[in-house]
Amino acid sequence: MASVSIKKLGVSFGSLNVLRDLDLEVDQGEFIVLLGPSGCGKSTLLNAVAGLLDVDAGQVWIGGKNVTWEEPKDRGIGMVFQSYALYPRMTAEGNLTFGLRVARMPKDEIARRVDRTADLLQIKPLLGRRPAELSGGQRQRVAIGRALVRDVDVFLFDEPLSNLDAKLRTELRVELKKLHNQLNSTMIYVTHDQIEALTLADRIAVMHGGVIQQLAAPKEIYRRPVNRFVAGFVGSPAMNFLEGTLTIVDGAPAIRIGDVTTGLAGYDFAAAPVEGRAVVLGIRPEQIVLADAAAAPSQVPIDIHLIDPMGADSLLWGTVGSDTVSVRIGPDDEYTVGDTVAGHFHPDQASVFDAGTGVRL
Amino acid sequence: MIAVAVGVYVIGIAFTFYWSFTSSKLFPNNNLVGLDQYRRLWSSDRWLVAVNNIWIYGVLLIVFSLVFGYLLAVFMDQRIRQEAVLRSIFLYPFAMSLIVTGLIWQWMLDPNLGIEQTLHGWGWTSFHFSPLVDPETAIYGLVIAGIWQGSGVTMAILLAGLRGVDSEIWKAARVDGIPTWRVYLFIALPMIRGALATAFVLQCVGVVRVYDLIVAMTGGGPGIATQMPAVYVIQMISSSQNVGQGMAAATMMLLPILVVLAFGGLAMWRRRRRAAMGATP
Amino acid sequence: MSAGDMTLTDTEAEARWGTQPGGVKPRRFSPARLGIYGFLVISALFFLIPLYVMIVTSLKTMPEIRLGHLFSLPGEVTFQPWVDAWLNACTGRDCNGLHPGFLNSLKITIPSVVVSIIIASINGYALSFWRYKGANLFFGLLVFGAFVPYQVVIYPLIIAAREAGLYSTLAAIVIVHTIFGMPILTLLFRNYYASVPIELFKAGRVDGAGFWQIFFRIMVPMSVPITTVAVILQVTGIWNDFLFGVVFAGRSNWPMTVQLNNIVNTTTGVREYNVNMAATILTAAVPLAVYFISGRWFVRGIAAGAVKG
Repeated sequence: MASVSIKKLGVSFGSLNVLRDLDLEVDQGEFIVLLGPSGCGKSTLLNAVAGLLDVDAGQVWIGGKNVTWEEPKDRGIGMVFQSYALYPRMTAEGNLTFGLRVARMPKDEIARRVDRTADLLQIKPLLGRRPAELSGGQRQRVAIGRALVRDVDVFLFDEPLSNLDAKLRTELRVELKKLHNQLNSTMIYVTHDQIEALTLADRIAVMHGGVIQQLAAPKEIYRRPVNRFVAGFVGSPAMNFLEGTLTIVDGAPAIRIGDVTTGLAGYDFAAAPVEGRAVVLGIRPEQIVLADAAAAPSQVPIDIHLIDPMGADSLLWGTVGSDTVSVRIGPDDEYTVGDTVAGHFHPDQASVFDAGTGVRL
Repeated sequence: MIAVAVGVYVIGIAFTFYWSFTSSKLFPNNNLVGLDQYRRLWSSDRWLVAVNNIWIYGVLLIVFSLVFGYLLAVFMDQRIRQEAVLRSIFLYPFAMSLIVTGLIWQWMLDPNLGIEQTLHGWGWTSFHFSPLVDPETAIYGLVIAGIWQGSGVTMAILLAGLRGVDSEIWKAARVDGIPTWRVYLFIALPMIRGALATAFVLQCVGVVRVYDLIVAMTGGGPGIATQMPAVYVIQMISSSQNVGQGMAAATMMLLPILVVLAFGGLAMWRRRRRAAMGATP
Repeated sequence: MSAGDMTLTDTEAEARWGTQPGGVKPRRFSPARLGIYGFLVISALFFLIPLYVMIVTSLKTMPEIRLGHLFSLPGEVTFQPWVDAWLNACTGRDCNGLHPGFLNSLKITIPSVVVSIIIASINGYALSFWRYKGANLFFGLLVFGAFVPYQVVIYPLIIAAREAGLYSTLAAIVIVHTIFGMPILTLLFRNYYASVPIELFKAGRVDGAGFWQIFFRIMVPMSVPITTVAVILQVTGIWNDFLFGVVFAGRSNWPMTVQLNNIVNTTTGVREYNVNMAATILTAAVPLAVYFISGRWFVRGIAAGAVKG
C-alpha cells in the first residue's frame, strides 16, 4: 500500500506551462480519477507521477519516498495506456513478463506471478497469442495484466477504456472497480469520460488549464460544483445556466431573471448575498419539476421549443428569458411546443455562481 | 555516431569551401588567392557549358518526367488489367545503375547500330535520329535516357498519391458531374502536392548529382558538349590536377541546394505561422 | 504502423470506384478504354525495347549484329558473348571479364549494407525517442546531408582516407558508402520509429528497460518492414554506385559498374557489342533481381528515400 502526494508540481513544454504549482494528496488504496477536457494537463500529471517526463518544479512522493528523480521502474508503479501499448512482437505472456525479465527475476517467481495475474484477469487461454491475434478487450486485459504482474502498490491508468466500444467499456469498467476492491491498491485514473469518473472514483479531481478545479467525492462534485467550469463539465445533459441579478425580497434572497423574480430561500450562501450582484443560477435538468408545484418553492417560466424523446425519459428544451434550458421529463409526459410552463425547483439543490468569476457563492 | 555522420558533412563542406580560396593544384595547399578560382571558373568555357547544360537537362528532364509520370499514373489509375505487370515494366529501369542506363542508350542512339540504322534497314532511309554525335543535340540524348530511367518512379510516387486521395472526393465529383480529366487536373493534382513534391525533389537530387550517366553515355562529349558540373569537379580534382578550381566548382554546386532548402524552410515556416494564426484568429 | 504508407492495393481503387454492378464498371470496348490501353502499351514498349534489344543482341554473333537488324531475333543463338563477358572481356590489357568485379561488388555491398543499416537504425531510434539537446539541429543537418551533392564533400574525404592510410582499400569504400547512406537511412528509420506509438516506449520504461533494452527487445523486432526497405535501398544503391567505387576502392577492388564501363568504353580493339551487352545485363542482374523479388517494397523504399521529412 502506498500513498501518492504531489507537491507544488510544475511542468512546462517550452514556454507553455502545462501544470503550475499543483498539489494533490492521494491516500492509500484510494481510487482517484483525473477528469477534464483534452489539454487540461491530466495526462501530463499522470506521466509526471510515472516519471515519464521531467518536472520543472515541485516533487512527487510515492509511499512516503521522494521519487521526483527516480526512474519509472523504481517508483513502484504499474501503468495502463490508452492504446494498450503492447509490444507487438511478443506474446501476451512475453508482454506480461518483459519487465520482470529485464529485472532478472527468478523464473519460478515470474511463473507464479503470471499464473496469479492470468487467473485474476481470466486471460490464461490468451497467453500464447500475439497482440495482433487479440480483440480490443483482450488486449486491454493483457495490458492491465502487465501492470498487475509488477506487484506494485500504485496503478496509473491513462484513458484505458477510450479505445473500446461502448458495451466493452461498460464491462471493463465494472471489472476495474471489482479489481480495485480486491486489490485495494492506490489507483490514479485519467479520463475525459464523466460516467467513468462518477462510477469509479472515490474522489474526482476535475482539471482545467493545468489546475485542479475541484477535488471531491463524485456526489459532492455533482451536487456542489465549486465553479461554473466544474458545473458545466460534469453532468449530461449539461447544467442549465440562467443569468440574473441578486435581490432581497422581504429579507430573503431572491434572483431576478429578466422581469421574473423568484426566491432563493434555502440556498446555502457561502457569504451573505449582496443586493444587485450579477449572478448565474445553475440548475440540473432533472432538478426542474414542471408538475407538482407544491413540492418546489421557486419557479421560472419556460417557453417550450422542442421535445427530445430519449427512451427512458425525454428532454424538454425551452428558454427562460434569453437562456436555453433543458428539463428532464417523463417519457409519456405531454407538452405542446410553443406553450409556456412554470419550471419549479428547490433552491437548496441549485448552484449560484458569480457572473464574473464563475465561483460558487 | 550520429555526430560523426553529421560531422563528416559539415567538416567536408568547410574544407571544400576553404580550399576553393587557395591555389591548390595536385594537393591542397594553404596559399590563399581570394576569389581567383571563382573568377577563373566563371571564365572557363567548360564550366559555362556545364552550367548551361545542367539547366537544359534539369528543366527538360523534370518537366517531362513529371508530365509523363503523371499521365502514366492517371492512366494506370483507370482500373486497368495487369496493373502490377505494367508497373514493373515502367519502374525497372530505376533499379539499374546509371552506368547501365547510359550504355544502353548509347547503343540505342548509335547511328551505326541503334534505332537509326534499324529504320534505315527497314527502308526508311531518310530517317535521322542520332542526337549523341552532334554537339548541338547530344544533351537531348541524355534527357531521353534520364526520362527512360526516372519516369517510372515519378509514376509510382504519384500513383500512390492518387490512391491516397479520399475516395469520397471522387464520389462527390461524380455526383457533381465533373469530367474525369478535370478531376485529375484541378482536384486530384492539388491534393497530391506531397507526392508531387517528393517526386520533384527526387528528380532534382538526381539532376544535380548526374555523373555516371554522362561518363557512360558521352564521356562529356562530343568535345565538351555534355559537360556537367559534377563531371567538371571530378575532372578538376583528378586528371586536371587543379583542386582549387574543383573546390570552387563544388562550392557552386552547393548553392542551388541551399536555395532550394531555404525555399523549403520558408514554406514550412509560413505554413506553421499560418496554422498558428488560424488557431488564434 | 509503417513509414510511408505507399501501398497500392486494389481494394483502395475499389473503394473509390465502388463495386456496384453496372454504372461504374468499365465498358470493355469503348474508345476511351482503347486509348488508355494504347497509351500504356506504347509506353511499356518505350521502357521494354532497350532491354529487348540488349538481350537479343547479346545472343547474336558479331557478323549478324553488323547486318544492323537491331530488333530481329538472333538467327543462331550463341551464349559465347555471355561467357566472354564473365571470363574473358578485356579492359586494357587485363582480360578477366567481369567476374572479379562481381566479387568486389559483393565484398563492398554486403558490409556496407550491414554496417550502414545498424548505425542508421540506432541513430533513427535515438532521434525519435530520446529527446536530447541538439536533436533538432542534427535532424536538420541530416536533411541537408541528404541533398548535398557528393562532389561537394568527395575531395576532403579523399584526403581524409589518404591521411588514414585507407585510400584504395575495401575499408575506405565501405566507410564512404556508410557515410553517404547515413542521412537517408537515418531519416527512414527516424520516420518509422516516429510512427510507433510513444506509449510503447513509455510502457518499456515503466517495465524498467533502458536505452538498449528498448531498442533491441522492443524496437528491433518491430523493424522488419523498414529494415527490408532499407536493405533494398542500400543493396541497389551501393551495387549501382560508380563514382565512389572508381574514386575510393582502388583498382584491385573496383566494383562491377566500374569494370563494366571500362570494358565497354575501352578504346582499344574491336567493339564486341554482343559481349558488351551481355556484360551490361550481368551488371544489372543483381539489382534487377532485388527489384523483381521485392516488388512493392521497392516503391516504398524509393518513396521513403525521397525524404518525406
